[in-house]
Amino acid sequence: MSTVLPAPEPGYTGYIQEDHHHDYAGDSVFGFWVYILSDCILFATLFAVYAVLQNNFAGATEAVELFELNYVLAETALLLASSFTFGMGMLAANNNSMKGLFGWLLVTFGLGAGFLVMEVNEFIHFTHEGAAAWDSGAWSAFYGLIGTHGLHVFAGMVWMLVLFVLLARDGLSAENRTRLTLLSLFWHFLDIIWICVFSFVYLMGVM
Amino acid sequence: MASNHTVVTEPHIFFGKLTLDSIPYHDPILVTTFTVVVIGTLGLVGAVLYFGKLKYLWNEWFTSVDHKKIGIMYVIASLIMLLRGFSDALLMRSQQAIAVASESGAGYLPPEHYDQIFTAHGVIMIFFVAMPLVVGLMNIVVPLQIGARDVAFPFLNSLSFWLFVVGALLLNISLFLGEFAATGWLAYPPLSGLEYSPWVGVDYWLWALQISGIGTLLTGVNFVVTILRMRAPGMSLMKMPVFTWTSLCANVLIVAAFPILTVTITLLTLDRYLGTHFFTGDMGGNQMMYVNLIWAWGHPEVYILILPAFGIFSEVTATFSRKRLFGYTSLVWATACIMVLSFVVWLHHFFTMGAGASVNAFFGIATMIISIPTGVKLFNWLFTMYKGRVEYTSPMWWTVAFFLTFTIGGMTGVMLAIPAANFVLHNSLFLIAHFHNVIIGGSLFGYFAGLIYWWPKATGFMLNETLNKWACGLWTVGFFMAFMPLYVLGFMGMTRRLNYYDNPVWNMWLLVAAAGALIVLCGILVQLYAIFASIRDHKKNQDVTGDPWGGRTLEWSTSSPPPFYNFAMLPDVRDRDHWHDMKEHGLAYQRPEKYNRIHMPKNTWAGAVMGGFFLVLGFAMVWHIWWMAILGSAGILGSWIAYAFQRDKDYYVEVDEVEAVENAHYQRMERAKQRQDVVDEDDIVTISV
Repeated sequence: MSTVLPAPEPGYTGYIQEDHHHDYAGDSVFGFWVYILSDCILFATLFAVYAVLQNNFAGATEAVELFELNYVLAETALLLASSFTFGMGMLAANNNSMKGLFGWLLVTFGLGAGFLVMEVNEFIHFTHEGAAAWDSGAWSAFYGLIGTHGLHVFAGMVWMLVLFVLLARDGLSAENRTRLTLLSLFWHFLDIIWICVFSFVYLMGVM
Repeated sequence: MASNHTVVTEPHIFFGKLTLDSIPYHDPILVTTFTVVVIGTLGLVGAVLYFGKLKYLWNEWFTSVDHKKIGIMYVIASLIMLLRGFSDALLMRSQQAIAVASESGAGYLPPEHYDQIFTAHGVIMIFFVAMPLVVGLMNIVVPLQIGARDVAFPFLNSLSFWLFVVGALLLNISLFLGEFAATGWLAYPPLSGLEYSPWVGVDYWLWALQISGIGTLLTGVNFVVTILRMRAPGMSLMKMPVFTWTSLCANVLIVAAFPILTVTITLLTLDRYLGTHFFTGDMGGNQMMYVNLIWAWGHPEVYILILPAFGIFSEVTATFSRKRLFGYTSLVWATACIMVLSFVVWLHHFFTMGAGASVNAFFGIATMIISIPTGVKLFNWLFTMYKGRVEYTSPMWWTVAFFLTFTIGGMTGVMLAIPAANFVLHNSLFLIAHFHNVIIGGSLFGYFAGLIYWWPKATGFMLNETLNKWACGLWTVGFFMAFMPLYVLGFMGMTRRLNYYDNPVWNMWLLVAAAGALIVLCGILVQLYAIFASIRDHKKNQDVTGDPWGGRTLEWSTSSPPPFYNFAMLPDVRDRDHWHDMKEHGLAYQRPEKYNRIHMPKNTWAGAVMGGFFLVLGFAMVWHIWWMAILGSAGILGSWIAYAFQRDKDYYVEVDEVEAVENAHYQRMERAKQRQDVVDEDDIVTISV
């Protein structure tokens, strides 16, 4: 194996001559995808824990007695709708319509808040019915998985509040557009996780 | 210590579980250590204040987002922690050397203290020595190897570093306030549950690992993006230097494995703080699930530690054999194979759990298969040396010591992978000997080789070669003396973590092991002296050209230490060994016609300040001081948001400044060359006389 390459073209210095433009926004978006991958594994672990513990009620109230599909369906509808409204908000941002963006984001925030209120309400209800996180392994896994998802939604809403102020201050700057892209990725990702929660926890739980 | 304290079940509103009892003032060993640490810290802080260096430290180091400086801070912190972890090792070796049933009694360490020592030893060596050392080397080297000016997310890099520091601080606080876990380094329940570990030891473990683990996860994301998106033009994936390749694989493993650790630790935290039943023995908890989860992270973790070391050996072997690396493609693929396989072997850590013959067979075979790509690598290095002009510098000494040591460790690993044999060897000193054999003889030797190899790049001067060869010799001899007896003891039936034993036959072997540990101590002292002597003589050892070893890859094309922007001109890569190619064709050290302005990130307070609030949060959670925990959380969130609102996080380095820095470098090289010529003439004169 030859260790020396043929002589380079004339004019080749080993360095590039021009000012090199780097796509920093692209780094952020790609980095956020990598973060989401790691978050997927976080949720995958929690789903695995739930799969292992889901029948270990140890004498506590069982899931099948408490799950109300209609209630969860309403919760799900709120979150799915919020994904749609966030999408509308992004379209408004692409059209440089601050008014539209703010309006749709506010609706998204409201739907997210509604989802969280319903979830917390369900938690309180279950706890009163003898299905608290400390009542059995199965319920620990339930609250662990759904609570982590809920915390993510909460974090997304705090992020949204911060972004409201940043948007009000700087408008649709390049930086704010990147932030908006990242938050929308995050928000849709939480939607997908919730669909898994709905299918594996609630639907299979009442079967 | 566990014996004298009161376990507070109802935390005080202001002090939580913290009482005067929490200070172990009745233990002379700890009081002495504490006094020394306090005097040392006061001396250090006093010196910093006296010489007025606080501002310099804050502006140039603590708030720095420069990957090279962050890397150096990682390395310093890990070397300090190595001393603590090694002190624990000496305590254990000396205890076992004398703790044989006899008239003299059972050694000098009571069980609850001994248990904390072996736990702290494992946690420190893995999380606070090996991880920061390898992350530090990656920080220093990877951006330079790919021709980048910084990592993709400089602020996150600073934050990662401070989260690691917070974890290390929490662990050290536990020495003097409360206790550390007495559970073994992975804190299996039910022992780590509230019932058997009621005080704060396990909580220190939880929060130290949780906080530093989040830092590691951020590092993983950061380096994956850096390596995949910030390579110099022309550097395709298969033109990447091998250390960058192995770092990429290690960071992919971090991104894929550390979330499992995050979840596992969080669930154990919930069990201890909220009374949930994830891992309890009753109420539907599942203790075996904990062991599965922690090793689903833990096995990839050992490959996170070893893969970059493989990369270092590849760079060192190619450089000092003066040859292109043999079988680059096979080495890259072997690394990728190991990366994937590392996720399907975790069960070999607990064959004895009773998963059944077919499950054990699967994981046993998968484990043996991993030795194939690892074997491929050894042949890569050996064939690189074959017919090369091998120069036995000290990094090469460490490399050759590694070939020998690691091969033995690898073979005992294959022995342990046989489930039937594992039932005999499990939990014995044979296992202890095996994993020290691969972690010391594999990872650590690699980091030492890398530290010497890249030291001049990071600091601008060389380490003392003779002293480092002595260190390597002492380490290797000491290592074999300390751990080969452990294999024998494993066969004789001695289990791990014994504070006391009644079989007098074991004593002789443990005495040999203790002597080996002392030889390793000599090795460490020589290493420290080498660093001291090299700093003292740094004017004589200066690396003026930036390429002291005759390197092949991009990091050697810039000055030592590199300017803060790394490269005045970005490389246009056409070969895997780009710098070697440039030297071959006379393109090296040519001044460009003009420079361009350079885009750089500004330093930021945010990483250090957020780290401070994380320390508050971690400490508060350990001691159940809820108001302080709220304060810490609010501080973290507040400073993060404040950072988000900050404008002007970057700036341009103007052309004149770049020119000035580069001119200074070329002048230094010119002056050194003239001095060299004068010296050469003197030599000629001497010879003629």
